[in-house]
Amino acid sequence: MHIRVNGVSHDLHVTDLAQALEVLGYRQAAVATAVNGVFVPAGAREQALLSDGDAVEVLAPMQGG
Amino acid sequence: MNLYGIELASRLLLGSARYPSPAVLAEAVRASGSEVVTVSLRREAGTQRSGQDFWSLIRDLGVRVLPNTAGCHSIKEAVTTAKMARDIFHTAWIKLEVIGDADMLQPDVFGLVEAAAELAADGFEVFPYTTEDLVVADRLLQAGCRVLMPWGAPIGSGRGLNNVFGLRALRARFPDVPLIVDAGIGRPSHAVQAMELGVDGVLLNTAVAMAGDPVAMAGAFARAIEAGRAGFEAQPMEPRDFAVPSTPVAGTAWLA
Repeated sequence: MHIRVNGVSHDLHVTDLAQALEVLGYRQAAVATAVNGVFVPAGAREQALLSDGDAVEVLAPMQGG
Repeated sequence: MNLYGIELASRLLLGSARYPSPAVLAEAVRASGSEVVTVSLRREAGTQRSGQDFWSLIRDLGVRVLPNTAGCHSIKEAVTTAKMARDIFHTAWIKLEVIGDADMLQPDVFGLVEAAAELAADGFEVFPYTTEDLVVADRLLQAGCRVLMPWGAPIGSGRGLNNVFGLRALRARFPDVPLIVDAGIGRPSHAVQAMELGVDGVLLNTAVAMAGDPVAMAGAFARAIEAGRAGFEAQPMEPRDFAVPSTPVAGTAWLA
């Protein structure tokens, strides 16, 4: 199914957000996630089922003022 | 200075953006003596490591982080970003920015109050980036904020304190609320002026990061903030309109 991750379309064969992160190379990375604009805590990613057309945001620590 | 129950020796909070290199950032933080460094969240591809490397650098510095919601223009964006920040950084602290004007990066104080109330109810310890408006400040406190962060001038402008009267009024109106002047500070003299008004601390970024020598400037700000605070505590004299001789007049020789 097609999932947009940080604005880029990906064809992923996964069922949940945890699997998507694994496939996309975020394993062990300190990231925060949201699906369709709704925050998904790290502990709830396996329960967050993805559907075709979902928009996933994966954010990482960054410099800030 | 005590912020949400945390006692801090340094009254300088330092931003982590716009430094020439990660090494300079680390040196500047050490030179500043700051115990609180602001951080943010941005998109990162799984193959990149810049965010992870940055987070590792910050953790190695042993400082407390203050995540921000920079770039958020709506309550929903700011609240969601705050929750994501808490998930990564494992802190209830959030520097809440809800921007209302793109050119001036002026806070949308209406959205700010609403977002602050929502976050405080959810257990966040909110540091609201606000104006010096007294009524807005009062609403933020009612919303659950226990620290206020009035701007000195627009973010990154380096203009110093645009409204000294307003900041003085804010200090007088809320004598027991920690006030951190956030944004607009360009030079150590601006920080001294803020501290002499009796604010509790200063948050700055660009003034250090974009200086010719950020590490030296971080040290300069650290000393300026200490000097300004010491001056405030020492109770400065009031200015006068006319000269008053400092050398005693009595006993002056008649030599005319």
